[in-house]
Amino acid sequence: MEIKVPEFSLVVLIGISASGKRSFARKFFKRSEILSSDECRALVSDDENNQASTNDAFDVLYYIAGKRLKNGLLTVVDATNIQKESRKGLVELAKTYHCLPVAIVLDLPEKVCVERDQNRTDRNIGEHVIRRQTQQLKKSIRGLKQEGFKQIYVLKSVEDVESVVEISREKLYNNKKEEEGPFDIIGDMHGCFDELQELLIKLGYVIYRVAPDNVNFGFEVIAPEKRKAVFVGDLVDRGPDSPTVLRLVMSMVNAGVAYCVPGNHDMKLQKWLKGKQVQLTHGLDVTVSQFESESAAFKKSVEQFLYSLISHYLFDKGRLVVAHAVLKEEMHGRGSGAVRSFCLYGETTGETDEFGLPIRYDWAREYRGNAKVVYGHTPVPEAEWLNNTIDIDTGCVFGGKLTALRYPEEELVSVKAKMTYCEPVRPIAFNESENKLTSQQEYDDLLDIEDVTGKRIVQTRLRNNITISEENSIAALEVMSRFAMNPKWLIYLPPTMSPCATSELPEFLEHPSQALNYYKKRGIEKVLCEEKHMGSRAVLVICKDIQAAIRRFGVEDGRMGVCYTRTGRNFFNDPDIEKIFIARVNQCLSNTHFWDKFNTDWVCLDTELMPWSVKAQALLKEQYASVGAAAGGALPEVVKALQMTFDRGVEDAMPLLEKFSAKEKAIDKYVKTYQNYCWPVDSIDDYKLAPFHILATEGTVHIDKNHEWHMKNIAAICQGDSKLFLATRYKIVDLNDTSSYNEALQWWLDLTNNGGEGMVVKPCDFIAYGQEGLLQPAVKCRGSEYLRIIYGPEYDAPENRERLKNRGLSRKQSLALREFALGIEGLERFVRKEPLRRVHESIFGVLALESEYVDPRL
Amino acid sequence: MLLNITTTHKPATDLGYLLHKHPDKFQTFDLSVGKAHIFYPEKSEERTTISLLLDIDPIDMVRSARNLGGEGFALGHYVNDRSYVASSFMSVALSKVFPSAMNGRCKDRPELVDVKLPLEVSIASISAPKGGEALIRKFFEPLGYKVGLTRFTLDKKFPEWGDSKYFSLKLTHTITTKELLSHLYVLIPALDNDKHYFVSEDEIEKLLQKGEGWLKDHPAREQIISRYLINLHSLSRRAIERLSEGDEIGITEDELVEKSETEKSETERRRETLHDKRLRIVANKLVESGAERVLDLGCGEGKLIRLLLKEKQFAEIVGMDVSYNILLKAKEKLHFDEMSPRQKERINLFQGSLTYRDKRLEGFDAAAVVEVIEHLDLDRLTAFERVLFEFAGPRTILLTTPNKEFNVMWEKLGGEVMRHGDHRFEWTRKEFADWANNMGGMYNYSVEILPIGDEEENMGAPSQMAIFRYGN
Repeated sequence: MEIKVPEFSLVVLIGISASGKRSFARKFFKRSEILSSDECRALVSDDENNQASTNDAFDVLYYIAGKRLKNGLLTVVDATNIQKESRKGLVELAKTYHCLPVAIVLDLPEKVCVERDQNRTDRNIGEHVIRRQTQQLKKSIRGLKQEGFKQIYVLKSVEDVESVVEISREKLYNNKKEEEGPFDIIGDMHGCFDELQELLIKLGYVIYRVAPDNVNFGFEVIAPEKRKAVFVGDLVDRGPDSPTVLRLVMSMVNAGVAYCVPGNHDMKLQKWLKGKQVQLTHGLDVTVSQFESESAAFKKSVEQFLYSLISHYLFDKGRLVVAHAVLKEEMHGRGSGAVRSFCLYGETTGETDEFGLPIRYDWAREYRGNAKVVYGHTPVPEAEWLNNTIDIDTGCVFGGKLTALRYPEEELVSVKAKMTYCEPVRPIAFNESENKLTSQQEYDDLLDIEDVTGKRIVQTRLRNNITISEENSIAALEVMSRFAMNPKWLIYLPPTMSPCATSELPEFLEHPSQALNYYKKRGIEKVLCEEKHMGSRAVLVICKDIQAAIRRFGVEDGRMGVCYTRTGRNFFNDPDIEKIFIARVNQCLSNTHFWDKFNTDWVCLDTELMPWSVKAQALLKEQYASVGAAAGGALPEVVKALQMTFDRGVEDAMPLLEKFSAKEKAIDKYVKTYQNYCWPVDSIDDYKLAPFHILATEGTVHIDKNHEWHMKNIAAICQGDSKLFLATRYKIVDLNDTSSYNEALQWWLDLTNNGGEGMVVKPCDFIAYGQEGLLQPAVKCRGSEYLRIIYGPEYDAPENRERLKNRGLSRKQSLALREFALGIEGLERFVRKEPLRRVHESIFGVLALESEYVDPRL
Repeated sequence: MLLNITTTHKPATDLGYLLHKHPDKFQTFDLSVGKAHIFYPEKSEERTTISLLLDIDPIDMVRSARNLGGEGFALGHYVNDRSYVASSFMSVALSKVFPSAMNGRCKDRPELVDVKLPLEVSIASISAPKGGEALIRKFFEPLGYKVGLTRFTLDKKFPEWGDSKYFSLKLTHTITTKELLSHLYVLIPALDNDKHYFVSEDEIEKLLQKGEGWLKDHPAREQIISRYLINLHSLSRRAIERLSEGDEIGITEDELVEKSETEKSETERRRETLHDKRLRIVANKLVESGAERVLDLGCGEGKLIRLLLKEKQFAEIVGMDVSYNILLKAKEKLHFDEMSPRQKERINLFQGSLTYRDKRLEGFDAAAVVEVIEHLDLDRLTAFERVLFEFAGPRTILLTTPNKEFNVMWEKLGGEVMRHGDHRFEWTRKEFADWANNMGGMYNYSVEILPIGDEEENMGAPSQMAIFRYGN
């Protein structure tokens, strides 16, 4: 005997005790697929046979079954299931998860069961129980179909059971995951044959008229290389020539160059063709009159064709879903009456609008799935993506246009309606004003808290899954809400950067050889050393003009760009200064023909903005200068007192006199160090902006270019405004060439001896891998004087330095990599035009990771 | 880091006997985070000076701070003034280096103990946060000291940065050494207001012992105590109670907070009472609205929730704040964990943000948004409006914000500065009314605007409230 079950089904085993359900189930299904009531009894009561625990046991069974079905897994229920009431719950459960219930009945002769029961050692049910159960079972079998089981198998004897060799699993009809496209998905046609023909030709299809038969219906269509058309339904009604549209579509489907899902209009026509009572409204009347001249055979073919249509399809490994009206994520690839009804009619709120039409539930707003859903049904002026879904019904029959979505290119191709064939009850605003935001941008005006809070796992291309713990997202929510700017501008946050390993040279805490060796040891041959500026990190998002800001970022705050800190906060407190600053940067980019060169109207730059004193004024005054003032006031007094004591002949004062004189010198150096990074700012010209990465422009995240490319292109930009812009000095170092290596060391010494902060060493390639995986995108090496403001004025006293050398970098390095991967992920998602919540997830992640504890001196 | 004590008593060298330190020796004592050195820069019959020099090891200090706290661990811990200023380390050193002198004992010259000597103290660097020069004088002058202060500039290269918070301090007085040392022991850390070790119960003992005979009658005693115990109110209160030895003092903890924070500006204190008034009005209006399920958006420490709990009408009170820590505080202040299950059921506190759409806020009768919007950047206000009016959509909304026009009443603000460091904007009455009416029009609410606090001519009341009622 052959048993076939759908790949996604709830298999309900039905049989009396001792009928062999357990061994049957174990023979054909994975252990994890089988939920047994006996095992659940044991779970809740430590006793498989404890009948008193039956209710608790079934609660557990239902709970697990629900979770499995939610996750799309075939599930087998091993319980007697001989009473109608007990099966009812399971059928309901299957319905809830849009899953097909299948019954397999083990209806063995009573004699066999009694015998088996008597041979059992663990428990015996007794003959009278078996007899009663057998009677209940007999009564059950007839009603199974009516109870809702889609497939029913009854095994009547031991031989029957033994004849089952395999239970095969059948793909659902909607599962076309192996079809990877490319596709041309075509919107609601409503009998608009001319436009359909024009669109297909535009898409590269060749349409021949041939002698009609009941397969080709007079058309032979050759698709462009390997492409297939997918029709989202509503082929008929309202429009001028529904029969010919049907002929073409049926021909294409039969020839295997097209798929078609049914629309509500199609199904209503099918009912009419079948002879059922339907109201000839909403354009069906038009179709019916067009069908008057058609043959009965054609009508029958159409009826059968429409009847055979599958409610929706999953293509391309489940990444693309096509349905007529609506398909929520939990319905993808499932089959039930509810799924079909959603596909055909969508969901309404129960209210009606001022035209008396039902208000449709805006399911796309809540859609969070990864699969792209392409649908039609509701005419819209423009096909627009919203949360990975797109409605491509652009109202051709109402005088709009017929639209196709090319997949995977995601290109929209459309042809205008030749005329308005039908006036819509609810007007469609076909000619909207120019500067309007897209649906996605409008939707993205407000993010949902559910998309950021709690423990989150963010998938990144560079480093797989990155976990954001709940405690970190709690911290990030506060920072983001209180301080960050409009998330629409926040497409990137910079990662933290690890210092190089601690130097083994006695007089250095950090020395560039460790930075160079980090990469050398990992097989990198060429690195870039860049001068490290001591200012504040600033991310710049600059648009070519206000229109670009509206078009690409969907912001209507009148800004042409923004400049924000490493935590996403406005860099400038004064909007007027910001405006002037942004305009200057924009002007410089225009001066150097950046927009044309990069074929873009926006750019994201990673920069350092100086002086430090602009952004860190409070920190400088409260912390750095204060320490200088406190020490500067006290130390001369100390030295004076010690000197007087020594002069009095107390020679033991000498060591302390020396020590405190050294402290006095250290404080002087410390003050000079921070003073280096401070200067008064009276106008924009007093700022110095040093970009070091051209992160992204339209269509591209520039991490595929090496750092030399970035430096050269930035140098070209800097020429456009040498007062504000500062080209960063850099050196390309061949790590295997000793002289090049030594030159880099000397360069660092020169930089830092002249008051520079230090340098950053980057592998020449933006993204570099070693054996351990992704390498640090950059490693900093800070100058000895600079480190005074990090580790304290006297950090380099021998007794301090030795202790400070004991520091661990692994947390910092791990953090730097995770933040880097998240930051780049944010940019890539933005460039791919994903919904804002997806970009924001990455940015939020960087901010959350920043709240992890790491030694702040690193 | 350096404390000099000089006397011109004849013979001045008696100082050596009194402090039990030989004038020609250089002596060193170990402290937990470094060393204390004792030496005499000058010694003569006319004038003798002893120096106490603290050599604090900054790295050790950071490590011990880390072992203790961990909270607020930031870069500031590494670059700090602790090793250069007089602080609680100085008190520790005093008691370690001069134990007998502090206890009023002198083995060799016992008769000197009670002699009032002309003494001069100079401290090389001291700060007095939230008080400055006035506070230093307030602490020392009532005890009879002549106070000389020189303030250091912050950075000579950048005079525009202004003065630093550090002074060199000179004190002159004729007094016994025991008194001098006990004054310094208590007042130096009280001025510095930052203890290097955890303040615990033992601290009360030390304070009472060193304050014996003078602290009780010091006019600034509450402030000294509370700063010495770094504003730990319950400890301060117990200290004051013990100091008064059973006398009725009759001050509540809250009053103590008020009193101990005299460094708080006039503005701030007036605002506190204003805030109570505001909350009372909001609570009353919520009752009037007939609401049963209410939201307190930006609930902070839960002051409003406490008022609402008293009204049986409110079956469900939800408090939301963006700060998780303040919610923990609110739970503590509301004694949430000790509440009866029935009371607990009425309250729900959670972290949330007013710039993200949030399903948890839907379906309430009323929402209070008390002094919240001014903490949002103006360009984030639209997001807030949609979250509140479009998506949460309670029937009644009570929203308050400061009235900027009233700022001139507080001289310090002078009309230009905001009332709070985190305020991103403050609105005039017209600006507020325009905004509120605009919201009402957009989202179908009627608007009523009320002043909060006493109105002044031409400037209105200190705060303002809008009541939004849906659909009429």
